[in-house]
Amino acid sequence: MIPLSWYLALAGGLFCLGVYGVLARRNAVAILMGIELMLNAVNINLVAFWRYVTPAQIAGQAFAIMVFAVAASEAAVGLALIISVYRRRTTVVAEEIDLLKW
Amino acid sequence: MIADPFAWVYAQLTRLLLSLGMTAVWAQTTLRFVGAAVLATVLLVSTFFLIWGERKLLARFQDRLGPNRVGPWGVFQTVADFVKLIGKEIIIPTHADKVVYLLAPLLVVLSVVGIWAVIPMAPGVVGTDLEVGVLYIVAIGAIGTLGIMMAGWSSNNKYALIGAFRSVAQLVSYEVPMVLVLLVPVILASSMSLVGIVDAQAGMWFIVMAPVAALVFLVTSIAENGRAPFDLLEAESEIVAGFNIEYSALAFGMFFVAEFLHSFTIGAVVATLFLGGWRGPGAEAYPLLGFVYFLLKTLAIWFLIVWIRATLPRVRIDQMLGFNWKFLTPVALGILMLTALVDKMSAAAGWNRALVLILANAAAVTVILLSVRAYARFQRRTDQAKGLPAAVEARPAAAH
Amino acid sequence: MEPLKLIFLLAGAVTLLSALMVVTTRKLVHAALWLVLTLAGVSVLFVLLNAAFLAIVQVVIYIGAIAILIIFAVMLTRGSMDDTGPQTNRRWWLAGLIAVGLFAGILLLVVSEPAASAGVPAEAPGDSLRQLGLALVSVDGYVLPFELASVLLLAALIGAIFVARPPDAASEGGEE
Repeated sequence: MIPLSWYLALAGGLFCLGVYGVLARRNAVAILMGIELMLNAVNINLVAFWRYVTPAQIAGQAFAIMVFAVAASEAAVGLALIISVYRRRTTVVAEEIDLLKW
Repeated sequence: MIADPFAWVYAQLTRLLLSLGMTAVWAQTTLRFVGAAVLATVLLVSTFFLIWGERKLLARFQDRLGPNRVGPWGVFQTVADFVKLIGKEIIIPTHADKVVYLLAPLLVVLSVVGIWAVIPMAPGVVGTDLEVGVLYIVAIGAIGTLGIMMAGWSSNNKYALIGAFRSVAQLVSYEVPMVLVLLVPVILASSMSLVGIVDAQAGMWFIVMAPVAALVFLVTSIAENGRAPFDLLEAESEIVAGFNIEYSALAFGMFFVAEFLHSFTIGAVVATLFLGGWRGPGAEAYPLLGFVYFLLKTLAIWFLIVWIRATLPRVRIDQMLGFNWKFLTPVALGILMLTALVDKMSAAAGWNRALVLILANAAAVTVILLSVRAYARFQRRTDQAKGLPAAVEARPAAAH
Repeated sequence: MEPLKLIFLLAGAVTLLSALMVVTTRKLVHAALWLVLTLAGVSVLFVLLNAAFLAIVQVVIYIGAIAILIIFAVMLTRGSMDDTGPQTNRRWWLAGLIAVGLFAGILLLVVSEPAASAGVPAEAPGDSLRQLGLALVSVDGYVLPFELASVLLLAALIGAIFVARPPDAASEGGEE
């Protein structure tokens, strides 16, 4: 069988790629994609722990469902914000959205 | 062997693979792949005859003869068309995104063929008895939406992109009522597996207990398929041909195959969810008979879909979206809650489940029809008050 | 090599490689399409973990809704940023360093933790789907988070409509 550590390492890799995407990308939509990668990595971990450590309790899967809901609302609101910013300032580059900067 | 040829073939093949020195696990894995390949091939080949049948039927509806040159009754017309398509060049537009452009038709076909993986075709004959088969059907449909989006974007053509935007607007919105009414058979069978749903219809088909849900499901499925009266994604008179405008030869043929196979697939899904799947007299003893029943039911629904296509004109885009959000979604939501409530109550009170559900559905239909009439009257009055010519249908708020 | 391990390695490789493409590709639509492949890979992993329901939900929600939303957003905001210029900011090397360091830390933790290398998973639970459904609506289970999630979704729905609404004549700056 597949050891648990394989899943954890894979999720770790996915999470770090997401971190890189969030930190390095300039386009706000691309940053959002990085966040989705991180959420997915967390989900892999939750489900893997459920399967290997506490299969009797359903907590891991239930948490994963919550993550799905959060990811969906985050994508909806985030993209709406991006489109709204684009309408007003015709840019989606994160560093150019600096009205609140002093 | 005659009664159950499927199990017999499976046993023979397993024995053959085991004698070749395979372990049981590998033999099973190999057979699964072989089964999937055979199923997909049979489906794609059967599309030849589906297209022929549809053209023939449409011709009859329109008082024509239809294809009648190649083979007896023109049966091999599609094969000839196919040969012609093979001989043509797959044109890739300049600045088109090559990989995405060529991947899109594959995804669209995949999304249709993939549905068959969970459909039980005879007792014990099913690709895989997925615990969440009903959701799987929805998920696979989402991949088709993605394929259309990719096709429209990668073609580097305005009309294609507009067609893709339209299609996504249509496919994503009609998914809402579709998923809602899909839950009705799930509630009735208390199982999300399609095998479980077929088993639960041993006594009575779900179309008797949930006729409104079956109808809404059929309508939304036709919209998901993107065919008349919901064929806005390829409205020739408005956006030339929609998302597939740049495609030629076999790449175009794939979209074509996907669309025609999809209507047959809808037939299979409706037959499984609402018409008892392979169930019928004597089907359990003779699985082959079950397969025949399944095929007949599927073809009946398929015929209905072709009939609708031949009868109804295309709806306008605002009508299409309004019909979904203002009519189908509330109806689906209402019927879902009603079914859940009535089913629970009849189970608690020990009433006759089917009878109560039929009555509930009849009440729902009455309420729906009454409110549609009230809405039409209200609309007519507001139109008259504004001095507009009376129209029964809702008008868009910002009419130019 | 068992078939399961093979499938895991394949799915894992596809997931990680396409995730790498997501964060490095120049063209944003391509990045979004690679994201779809990543999500599909994760869904295969869920199947391997006996969570078929989550795998399907992953496809329905992530690929069917979120990825398509993202592709839509990319297309709607096109023209603000051409796909040829640099897609990363000036300190991308720092971001890379942080990511690599984080991964090294996680890997170290996973390797050093003896519980993590336990290979054999516990007995496959019976009807986990039914269990999950009951847990989500039972008072002892997760009914409160579940309801909160639904309220969150509703709020997100309304908020998204409000934020993305085209500015009308009444508010400032009607570009249309």
